[in-house]
Amino acid sequence: MAKLLEIKGLKKYFEIKKGFFSKPVFLKAVDGVSLEIKKGEAVSIVGESGCGKTTLGKTILRLYEPTGGKIVFEGRDITHEEAKNLMWYRRAASLVQQDPYGSLPSFFTIYKILEEPLIIHKVGTKEERREMIYKALEAVKLTPVDFFASKYPHMLSGGQMQRVCLARAIILKPKFIVADEPVSMLDASVRIEILKLMRELQEKMGVSFIYITHDLATTRYFSEKLMIMYAGKAVEKGPIEKVIADPLHPYTEALLNAIPDPEPENRKKIRHVPPGEPPNLVNPPPGCRFHPRCPRAMDICREKEPPEVKIGDRTVACWLYSEK
Amino acid sequence: MSTVAGGEFSAKAIIKELLSYKSGLLGVGILLVLTALSIYIVVAIPYNKAIEMWRGSEKYWIDVPRYAQPVWIKYFVGKNLPETIIIDSRKGPGVGIYKAITPIHGTDFKQVEIVLSFEYNYDDFPSEVNLFFYAKNYTSPPLVKIYWEKPDGQKILLKTYAIKKPDAILFITIDEEITRTLENFMYSVTKKETEEYIPPQAILFAVDDESMASMKTIKVLKSGSKYYRLIIKGIMQGKDADIDAKLVVYGKVYGWAGTDHLRRDIGLALLWGIPVAISFGLSASLITSILHLIIATISGYYGGIVDSIIQRMTEIYMIIPFLPFLIIISAFYKIDIVILLVVVIVLSIFSGGIKSTRALVMQIKSYPYIEAAKAYGASDLRIILMYIIPKILPPLIPGLIGAVPGFVFLEAGLSFLGLGDPYLPTWGKVINDAYSNGAMYKGYWWWLTLPSLMLIITSIAFALIGFALDKIVNPKLREL
Repeated sequence: MAKLLEIKGLKKYFEIKKGFFSKPVFLKAVDGVSLEIKKGEAVSIVGESGCGKTTLGKTILRLYEPTGGKIVFEGRDITHEEAKNLMWYRRAASLVQQDPYGSLPSFFTIYKILEEPLIIHKVGTKEERREMIYKALEAVKLTPVDFFASKYPHMLSGGQMQRVCLARAIILKPKFIVADEPVSMLDASVRIEILKLMRELQEKMGVSFIYITHDLATTRYFSEKLMIMYAGKAVEKGPIEKVIADPLHPYTEALLNAIPDPEPENRKKIRHVPPGEPPNLVNPPPGCRFHPRCPRAMDICREKEPPEVKIGDRTVACWLYSEK
Repeated sequence: MSTVAGGEFSAKAIIKELLSYKSGLLGVGILLVLTALSIYIVVAIPYNKAIEMWRGSEKYWIDVPRYAQPVWIKYFVGKNLPETIIIDSRKGPGVGIYKAITPIHGTDFKQVEIVLSFEYNYDDFPSEVNLFFYAKNYTSPPLVKIYWEKPDGQKILLKTYAIKKPDAILFITIDEEITRTLENFMYSVTKKETEEYIPPQAILFAVDDESMASMKTIKVLKSGSKYYRLIIKGIMQGKDADIDAKLVVYGKVYGWAGTDHLRRDIGLALLWGIPVAISFGLSASLITSILHLIIATISGYYGGIVDSIIQRMTEIYMIIPFLPFLIIISAFYKIDIVILLVVVIVLSIFSGGIKSTRALVMQIKSYPYIEAAKAYGASDLRIILMYIIPKILPPLIPGLIGAVPGFVFLEAGLSFLGLGDPYLPTWGKVINDAYSNGAMYKGYWWWLTLPSLMLIITSIAFALIGFALDKIVNPKLREL
């Protein structure tokens, strides 16, 4: 499969204190993340809140200006491309957000919401646009389409709203979609439906997906590849089955341990959850960022950042696997 | 989310809900009546005509009493106050009009007799009596004798008068000779000297006995089934010579709003004041609000240097003394109402309202739907106009409506200071006239209170609508 998107050492720092007399203070939300996505591939990015996964997604979409690194989409470097030259990328890449209630403008009808991207990209005539909007609504299973097209967002349920968001994301026939925790605000009963729908769209349309979530359990429904993030860094990457079956990084292990186990026999088993909290990203700890919480921390972890080590088709950033 | 739940309101829904509140219903009702009156007056008396009438010549108002009270005051004072009586021989022959012209044989002289008779059953004396002559085609000034005949049979020769102009006016109640004649007549009736001044119009219409000697005892002689008569007898020269006369007995009440020192109907100014006040108030409020909205949105959305410039401008504008500036500009340039509107808008283009709207914009611009719009490539301008403004507009509407009275008062205030539109009849100008003629001191209450009342009613209507709208778009204020 051909490469669709490649990011190399991507960095996004937020200036939280302007440096006028003193040095400016930065929050290092994403600090050197590399990732490759092939055509039609779905990658899950998992991490706890505040680890920079949403920032990564938005930076990839160029909603944030990257501080460093490179974003290459279909062989074109778009890292610092100007907004007016990015229209093709806006059409090729789209976004599904976390909060379906807030991500639809409340004063537009569903029809108008879906028509907006088409108008902006000057797609088709009025009749063609109608056709496309109805097709998109059908694709996300909001039928009868006439009924839903004339509604306002507040008349729909959360699940239906998220379907509208999906329809909006696919209406321009993108090659790549960033889904930023698309089901975390939905009822448990509709989560799987939305995920299945996304998977179906992905397979049917051959779209590449970045699925950002804090919930490891849902990633298996959705993606082939997994990236675990911790404090702005990618700690482990690899095919999802392998990572889950045999976690290399201590943090991945900890995450897997935290998944609730439905087996009643294991109810008394003590889980080893790492102590402490994720570090402050303004002033991250030196060396490996996980070392204050890591049960297997060594001296070197406190001093030097671990390099990314390739083990088969997996990558891990941990001193346990590299030569010191 | 915050109070900005406004997006879900359509105009139709807002109006429907507005009418479900009593205050909203009352406000809309008053406003509808005012609008209907505005349309009526603008159609009935167009702009140019209104200005001509108001600034105008005596020709419009000569038959109207000076300082007349509104007609409806009769029902409050319990007295049948006199209304104006006009008898015009040109309209005759008819009720109360008799005119006879007899040529004198062998000459081009003609004898003329005009009798104007009317009933007078009011409880008070008229305010003035004037006689207008219309003489035509005479070769030498016609000479007439003017008699006054009361219903009790008393007949007084008021004056012998030469009509020197085609449109001569005899001011019966001011004319010195007539005044003297009437005083003599009074002495002949009362047979005693009096120190008190009895106005001629009182003597003309008083009961002929001793009570006439004092204003405390004087009574109106009601004509009952008989008539008061003004008899003109005279001679004129000229083949086609003709004389007509119009007697005007000015009353003490006129119209629904009374009259002022120039005999003008205050009602005209009050009615014309409605469209002026409403259109000025609404357009000033609307335009400044929209400009504020756009400026605040640009400021909040772009941030950075644009925001800094706009905010500093706003702070400068906030300390500019608005009213003194406006007064100086109006005093120097004698501006009309449209220019006044422009000046008001320019002076309030960066006002404090921008700050609160900007805060709202800064909150909204981080909403996910804005981010989504950016992700599918909406331009900044499109986001401002189509995504942010529709969201913040509903909560701003009550403020917009609520700001109307402020501008109405501003216009009235400037007119009151003599700095408003120099041509249009407006409420502020009526109040200004009343003030400069000492209306309250002299007891011309209607002159001051009625325009003030109009101002208050208009303000209340907008305020009530504003309150009701506030409840609708601000759910926190909603009553259960």
